[in-house]
Order: sequence, then structure tokens, then C-alpha cells
Amino acid sequence: MTLWHKLRPYGMVAPAIIIFSLFFIYPIFYMMYLSLFDWNFVSPTKTYVGLQNFADLLADEDFRKVLSNTTIYTVLTVTLTTGLALLLALWLNRKSFFHGFVQGAIFSPHIISLVSISLLWSWLMDPEYGLLNWVIGLAGFEKLQWLSHPGTSLVSLVMVAVWKGLGYNALVFIAGLQSIPADIYEAASLDRSKPWTTFSKLILPMLSPTIFFLVIINMIGSFQVFETIAIMTQGGPVNSTSTLVYYIYEYGFRFFKIGYASASGVILLVIVGILTIIYFKLLSNRVHYR
Amino acid sequence: MLKAVNRTIGSASIGTAAEGKRADVRSGKAVLRKALRAVLQVINVAGMLGLVLVFAMPFVWMISTSLKTLPETMIFPPVWIPENFVWQNYADAWNTGPFLSYFVNSVVIAVGILILQMLTIIPASFAFARYKFKGSGFLFGIVMVTLMIPAQLIFLPVYLELSAFKLLNTHLGLILPFASSAFGIFLLRQAFMQISDELIEAARLDQAAEWKIIVQIMVPMVKPVLVTFALFSFIAHWNDYFWPLVMTTNETARTLPLGIAKIRDVEGVATWNTLMAGNLILVAPILVVFFLSQRQIIKAFVYNGVK
Repeated sequence: MTLWHKLRPYGMVAPAIIIFSLFFIYPIFYMMYLSLFDWNFVSPTKTYVGLQNFADLLADEDFRKVLSNTTIYTVLTVTLTTGLALLLALWLNRKSFFHGFVQGAIFSPHIISLVSISLLWSWLMDPEYGLLNWVIGLAGFEKLQWLSHPGTSLVSLVMVAVWKGLGYNALVFIAGLQSIPADIYEAASLDRSKPWTTFSKLILPMLSPTIFFLVIINMIGSFQVFETIAIMTQGGPVNSTSTLVYYIYEYGFRFFKIGYASASGVILLVIVGILTIIYFKLLSNRVHYR
Repeated sequence: MLKAVNRTIGSASIGTAAEGKRADVRSGKAVLRKALRAVLQVINVAGMLGLVLVFAMPFVWMISTSLKTLPETMIFPPVWIPENFVWQNYADAWNTGPFLSYFVNSVVIAVGILILQMLTIIPASFAFARYKFKGSGFLFGIVMVTLMIPAQLIFLPVYLELSAFKLLNTHLGLILPFASSAFGIFLLRQAFMQISDELIEAARLDQAAEWKIIVQIMVPMVKPVLVTFALFSFIAHWNDYFWPLVMTTNETARTLPLGIAKIRDVEGVATWNTLMAGNLILVAPILVVFFLSQRQIIKAFVYNGVK
């Protein structure tokens, strides 16, 4: 074993590790550090303020609104997306050309830029000439204000998120369903087990790792929602759709309160971190029966 | 089903009057069941078509709007097929900003990221999969932690970093943070681990240089995973709005998604025809690629979910 052989693996992983350290690991610590200062980005001096930024944040009415918006958005998006996707997967889980076509169609929004989706849905949800109001008009309902009313704006954003994520989630579920060994289904049908029993006692437990995966992935994604808000509502009307990442963005890049924005970043980091740890705990316990 | 029908036919032909009656009831039931099944089948197919409608209609509407005149977008109830196709909308959208530059930037950045990712993830994942070395656990830990950190979380400190390096508003600034991919290393490492030892040993006995073994033997064997990852990476960065938005302050390095989002600021809020035309410029290439390699793309995204 020459020195070259010993050093070779380090040389091979070095570029990747350097990139990760510079642009992912170090920034985390830098953000924690910045959260302890009062700084406006241009001034040469940073003033140390300890945990004052966090105290201010928790006392801030707007920030509490932002936290509650983000939580409501996340809970609604995750339950609707995961639940509906499971139903769709059970319905569409078959291998035929037609089924493949339907699966492809519901998946397609997932690869479209969020910019396009946001603009498209702003237009569909236009209160005057939008297609959605036309459709609900056909069904005999009153026109809705969608994004322009604080009562419906957040739910409208949830709708867009569900529309975008449903197909992807359903296809992950279908992949999960197809990984269940066929003899288990056969055994169930030999036992003349009722469809509901087969579902609740067999399919659901076997699918639980997939369910947990999707719930956590969807939660982590929803907690960081930004694009749809930046393009469709800019946090309005009256703060009804401002969420964490949008809040950080505004405080960092519009008001230049770097310490304050970093502190809210640290709070988001804690939330995402907890979710990630839960996910890995559950994953390592392998929550289904083998 | 067939058995039940046979049985009813059989018993009807040889049975007594009473039995015949029972058979009539049974065959009636069978017919009913058949009809019910047919109805269910129709509902099933209709439901699936409805589902396709929910997901395809918005895109059809986008195309339709992009070809309308402005007054035509304001007809209520809406018209689906414009009276005259106004191709001018596409030119209008294209002329709201330096679109050629947006387009070139989008290509340069997405391709640049992809090339650098290939150069960094192939050796790294091979080393993690195939060599034993001190600290490999710790170093792979860094990869796993990175996999968990979303860009949305760290944009502020990275912005300050890039600004210190004078890399804001440059292609390099938009490429460098993604020059490697934790997800890519994770995927590729698994693929390399599945290749049998004998194959490598045989190549080593032939005195082939290690880099030659990697490039000429190992990489071709993991090609499907590489293609999968490349599709995933290219689509993600082609579509990205957040990162270029945050890391640029002027037009020099801005990409298509930013240009499309800006049409509204230039043209005013309600010019939906121009907006949808611009939107289509962004969406069309991705949709075309999707129709051409749907299977591969779905695999690329879903694989991430199943592993």
C-alpha cells in the first residue's frame, strides 16, 4: 500500500466534501452566529445582542401570524396530499397503457417550474375572468375571491400545492404497493378476507414506511414554501399568506435586518431538524411487519 | 363469473320446473352482476378521464390564453378556442426583457451544474462504495447531513458568502453551490456497491490503471442511475426560481423563470395572454422532454421516494 493508494480516496471525495462544507455545513453555523447580532448588511460593524433577536421574534405579532400560517398551510397540504394520493394509488395501481397515461398526466405538474404553476393558477383563480369561477358558477355557486381575500387565500395556496404534489405522491405510493409481494395478496384472498380488512390489516402496515416518508418529505417541503407565495400573493392580503421562508426573505432582502432574519432561519432550522430526526428514527425502526 | 353462467345454463337444461325457476333467478342475478360490473367499469374509466381533465385542463387553458387578444381573455363565460391565433403574444413576451440572455443563462447554469456534479459525484461515490479509508464514516456523515439541508434554509448566509467572494450576479455564483450533489452521491454509491467484486478484481489483475477501471468499466455499468440522476438534476435547476432570485441583483446572470415572473411587472398584472405565452416558453421544453422520456423521468423522481 503506497502513500498514493492511501491518499487516493481522500482526493476522490475532496471536491464534493469541500463544496458541501462551504455551501451547506458552514452556512448553518454562520447563520447561528449571525442570529446573535444586530446588523444591516452594509454597516461595517455588527452589534452583539445575544438572544435579543429571538425574544423580539417571539414577541412579534407578525411572526406569530407567520408561524400559524405556515403550520396551517403545512397541516392542510400534508394531510390532503398524502391522503388523496393514497386513494389515487389504490385506484390507479394497475399496469396498462391507459393507467400509465393517467399516471403520467397526474404526475406532470411535478416537473413544471413553480413559476409557471404560480402564474397559471393566478390566472385560473382570477376573481373576474378566471376559469375556476366559471366552473363553480356552472355548479351554481357564488364567485370566490380566491387569492384576493384573506379568508380564502391560504386555502387557495394549499389547493395549488396539492394539485402539484398529488401525482408524485400517488406514484410513490404505487411503487410502494407494487413492492408488496404478490403472495401476500394471494394469501389474503384465499382466506376470503374482506377488502377493507385486507387494506387495514395488510396493505396499510406494509405501506407505513412509504406513508411516513411522504408525510415527512411533504412536511419539510411545505414548511419551506416560498415560490407560490412570492409570485401569487406576496404574503397578502393582510399577511394572510406570509410564511416562514417568505418572512426570512423579506426581512433579509427588503428590510436588511440580517440578524433578525437569521434568527427566524434558526427557528426554521430547528423545526426542519426535528422533523428530519423523527424521520430517521422511524426509518431505522422500520415501522412495518416483516 | 363464467362458471356461474355455465352452472345456470347446465341446471336449466336438465332441471325440473322448480329448479328451472331457481335457475332463472340465478341467471337474472348473473345478468344483473354483469350489468353492475359494466356500469362500474364505465364509472371507473369516466373517473380516470375526469382526473386527467383536472390535471390537463390548466395546461390547455394556458395554451388557449396565450393565443388570445387581450379583450378576448376578458370574455365571461370564457372561450376555449380564440377567434384568431395571436402569435404576436409570444414575441411580446420575449421582448419584455433580455430573453436571449435569460435563455442562455438558464442553459449555461443547468448544464454547468450537471457537468460539475458528474465530475464530483462519480469519484466520490466510487470511493465511498469501494475503498476502506479512515474517516470515511465521518465524511459520509457530511454527505448525509447535506442531503437533509434544503437550500431554502441557508440562502441568507450563502448570499453573504458569495457577496464576499464577489460571486453575486455571476454564472459561477449560481453554479458553485450545486457543483456537487449529496443526493447524487447517495444514489450512485448504492449502484457502485451492487457491482460484483470479481469484475473489479479481474480488471485489476490486468494491471489496468484504477481511473481506467472506473471510467471504462464501472461508469458504463451504472449508466441507468447516472441518466436518472442527470434528468432529475437538470429539471430541478432549469425550473429553479428561488436560488437565482436570491443570488442576483441585476439581469446579467438571471434565468428564464425570473424573466417569466418579471413579465407581470413589465406588462401589468392583467395581461394574461402575454403572461401565458411567456409561461409556455418556459414549460414547453420540459413537457416535450417529459413526453419523450416519461418513464425515465418518473423513475428519476419516484426512485428518490422509494429508496
